Amino acid sequence: MTINQLSIFIENKEGKLADLTSTLAKENIDIRAMSVADTQDFGILRLIVSDTDRAIAALKETGCIVSVTQVLAISISDTPGSLSTVLRILSDNHISVEYVYAFITRRQEGAYVVFRVADNQAAAELLTKHGVKLATKDDIDAL
Amino acid sequence: MAKYFQPEIETAPLETIREIQNERLINTVNRVYNNVELYRERMNAAGVKPEDIRSIDDLHKLPFTYKQDLRDTYPYGMMAVPMSEVVELHASSGTTGKQIVVGYTENDLKSWADICARQLYAVGADENDYVHVAYGYGLFTGGFGLHIGAKRIGATTIPVSSGNTPRQITILKDFGSTVLCCTPSYALYIGETLEQMGLTPDDISLKAGIFGAEPWTEGMRKDIEKKLGLKAYDIYGLTEVMGPGVAFECEEQSGMHVNEDHFIVEIIDPDTGEVLPVGEEGEIVFTCITKEAFPILRYRTRDIGVLSREKCSCGRTFIKMSKPRGRTDDMLIIRGVNVFPSQIETVLTQQGYSANYQLIVDRVNNTDTLDVRVEMSADVFSDTVRNISKKEYELKEALKSLLGLSAKVTLVEPQSIERSTGKAVRVIDKRKLHD
Repeated sequence: MTINQLSIFIENKEGKLADLTSTLAKENIDIRAMSVADTQDFGILRLIVSDTDRAIAALKETGCIVSVTQVLAISISDTPGSLSTVLRILSDNHISVEYVYAFITRRQEGAYVVFRVADNQAAAELLTKHGVKLATKDDIDAL
Repeated sequence: MAKYFQPEIETAPLETIREIQNERLINTVNRVYNNVELYRERMNAAGVKPEDIRSIDDLHKLPFTYKQDLRDTYPYGMMAVPMSEVVELHASSGTTGKQIVVGYTENDLKSWADICARQLYAVGADENDYVHVAYGYGLFTGGFGLHIGAKRIGATTIPVSSGNTPRQITILKDFGSTVLCCTPSYALYIGETLEQMGLTPDDISLKAGIFGAEPWTEGMRKDIEKKLGLKAYDIYGLTEVMGPGVAFECEEQSGMHVNEDHFIVEIIDPDTGEVLPVGEEGEIVFTCITKEAFPILRYRTRDIGVLSREKCSCGRTFIKMSKPRGRTDDMLIIRGVNVFPSQIETVLTQQGYSANYQLIVDRVNNTDTLDVRVEMSADVFSDTVRNISKKEYELKEALKSLLGLSAKVTLVEPQSIERSTGKAVRVIDKRKLHD
């Protein structure tokens, strides 16, 4: 039902993002999707990667603070209004979204939208009930 | 069962300890009056003669000795024996001014070995242990003190000295070290390096650690214990008095027993010099009563602490001193408020942050600013800015209620605050640059 997202603490300093991504590049890890939340002093980097376990091991070795967050990913058509429909369902049911980001892939038509909500279970059931297709870990790994 | 290195004295009744102290104090006062010019002049100026000191109740009549006195008499002016009897010299690091030199006779080294041996027994070590000494060897007293103590109990002594952390870990693993001796900040660093090397405490055999030479908190103790899989004990000492082992922690881990057959401890009001009753907080003052080469009378340590005569479950009768809250030398005055780095460390560790922090003090538009830079920890980290900001706010509030002033908090990446293999650099005071 949920997929793995890496959440990484990163200082707001020159070269930090370059260092971090080069660690992943050396391990031949593909970044599927990414989003950054930034403040004046630090940022939180959120990544969906091709191999979560190896990415964690490589990042921890460099002394990084990294955690795994369970997020929901839905597959929607790449057409105007499709994201709005899904967000409306959530909002009508008082499920607030902490953060959201989207990505498209080459292999498939359509897009993926990643949601972070407080209660994954409730949100997943609700969306499924409304016919929204949730991506599984296998779906993401197969990309 | 508690084990004592010298049970007859470590568990002696209070009256016995007092008798020993009376006799040794009288001896020491006579010797220094006759052999050390500074003491003779000070006592004469204060109108005190050696015969006025008949018991430890007369101790308060003696003048204090200050660090500056040791600098003024550099290098050998405070020696109470001819240099031909001095077999070893040590010196303070000299980071806060001119270095000071202390000397030891053969008997002094024996006493020093004994008090460090008491510490080692108190943490459960004996001749079957491997004592890994990662304090610096050299003029610094840390390395040699624990070294001779470990040999005294017949343990297998490993004189690694400080530095080269990956090599420390190889030795911990391969030599099977069971007791680690170093500064608490270095112990933490060794623990972090162990983790980074993909190892766990199960890969090494440490059971106890003896950490001292800088102030540290209970939070840091828990952190070190977790990272290295050992029980962490505090040891107190200073070069001017002897080196490590002046006071030592037992299995209770609640304060350090002062080796009262070698040192008399007092707590005084740092402003008036008045002796305070046991239980009140003040500056710790030591008088050496067995040292031959470098006896010191009523030495102002600048450490702030509390004494306790409460019965200890370990069976030792020596008075206990609290972990020093901080040195008056370490104390910062920020916007007129007294701040000890150790107070801030306590708040940080209570809130789940790491004990790796640095305080940056500056003056902007004639107002002092305090920036607490602390490394992000797994306990505090979250994937949302909201959660991190909330914790940051709670930390600021906790600091504000403790210190009475607002501080900026900057969260930095792990390992980004420079590590020290000796004493950690906790404070960067940029205000000094503008003087």
